[in-house]
Amino acid sequence: MKQYVILVFTSSHAIGIEQKLKKMGVPCKLCAIPRNLSSDCGICVRFDETNLETVEALVKTLSFDIQEIIATNY
Amino acid sequence: MTIVYMDNAATTWPKPPEVLAAMTRTMEEAGGNAGRGGHRLAVAAGEILYQVRDTVAVFFGCSDPFRVTFTANATESINLILKGYLKPGDHVLVSPLEHNAVMRPLQFLAQQNIQWSVLPSAKDGRIDTTLIEPMIRQNTRLFVICHESNVNGVIQPIHEISKIAHSFHIPLLADCSQSAGSVPIDIDSDGIDFLVFTGHKSLFGPVGTGGIVWGSQANIEQITPLKQGGTGSVSDRYDQPDFLPDKFESGTLNIVGLSGLKAGIDWINRNQMNQLSSEKDVLLQKFLDEIRAIKRVQVFCAEKKENQGGVFSLIIERLDNGFAAQWLDEEKGILSRVGLHCAPLAHRFLHTFPAGTIRFAVSPFTTCEDVEICIDAIKMLAEKKETAHFL
Repeated sequence: MKQYVILVFTSSHAIGIEQKLKKMGVPCKLCAIPRNLSSDCGICVRFDETNLETVEALVKTLSFDIQEIIATNY
Repeated sequence: MTIVYMDNAATTWPKPPEVLAAMTRTMEEAGGNAGRGGHRLAVAAGEILYQVRDTVAVFFGCSDPFRVTFTANATESINLILKGYLKPGDHVLVSPLEHNAVMRPLQFLAQQNIQWSVLPSAKDGRIDTTLIEPMIRQNTRLFVICHESNVNGVIQPIHEISKIAHSFHIPLLADCSQSAGSVPIDIDSDGIDFLVFTGHKSLFGPVGTGGIVWGSQANIEQITPLKQGGTGSVSDRYDQPDFLPDKFESGTLNIVGLSGLKAGIDWINRNQMNQLSSEKDVLLQKFLDEIRAIKRVQVFCAEKKENQGGVFSLIIERLDNGFAAQWLDEEKGILSRVGLHCAPLAHRFLHTFPAGTIRFAVSPFTTCEDVEICIDAIKMLAEKKETAHFL
């Protein structure tokens, strides 16, 4: 199944998104950021394509900006 | 000799055992560096940090955990706001009971032509809200209000003050060092723009924890960070991040201490703050009622019971405060705090400068027996025959 990652500007935001998704019952995982996607040394949130719409809806409600949601083989 | 700890305004003691357990657990199970790296111990630390943020936010009625900024203490928080927000030529209004955590940065900023004035108040230092408006100048940019005095325990009418401040589009900084965890606070309905707290007093966390909660209307873009440095984010740039929480949180946070702070707040929530406060109020009123009746004892507290926090001060006529406090410690095991309490402005206002007062502060761990021991000891001191320690 296709995988996606949410790239954020800081690990705190990744953890904030992960906690919200978990509360919503959406399976997700915190992972080190793939080096081909960002030079940051932090973490991102990985989820599968079945939850893409839910994640996109959640992102619109956040108090902070994310970088982007990217499809990945990671 | 049993210790009767009455210095809870300096730092609460004891802490709930859960606080110590949480800190040990964090060291053992989440020993990585929050926000730095993606291995399991770093992520575990990051998750704890998020939970602390969330707990603090909810506790103060803030809906966004990222509007909580952690610092080492209230002093750092106040410095961050005063030095990051005020500009040369600005004017600040303060209460007459401010701590040096406010007055020293303001005195420092006076070099940049930043001026301050003291708001008019009743005799106990509670601000008279009917007299605020004439004090506001064209260049008044900030109200700084000590929510609960660390000298006489007076609680300020924050909500009424903020209503007036906001009608002039001036934000309000509430120094909640004493009140947080003791007096219910809801950041937005109380009209607080910058809520400053320390973790180690009535929130029962360890020393080295504190922060700022930003009100929903607070314009964070206007504030320059006090420090710049590593945040674990946007690491390819030399510029400081401009987003929360990283903008104000350079350097490794005290995750162990903060996990203890969360455990302290959880303990308050489990025991219901209203219940804890009302039990504390009963003890404090008994304490105040009895010592006010002792001849030669002058008590400094709120004029009205409903404005009284858990702190008050006293002096015993013609008896040296230092001697009295030492006698209380050595002879009775009572630990009080003598002096100016880092609040010379308050002591000048109360006419207790420079000798200061002897301060007592109760906590939910204070027992009726503790209070009775204190009352008896103060009676003995007040009845002492004149010695070399008399003034």
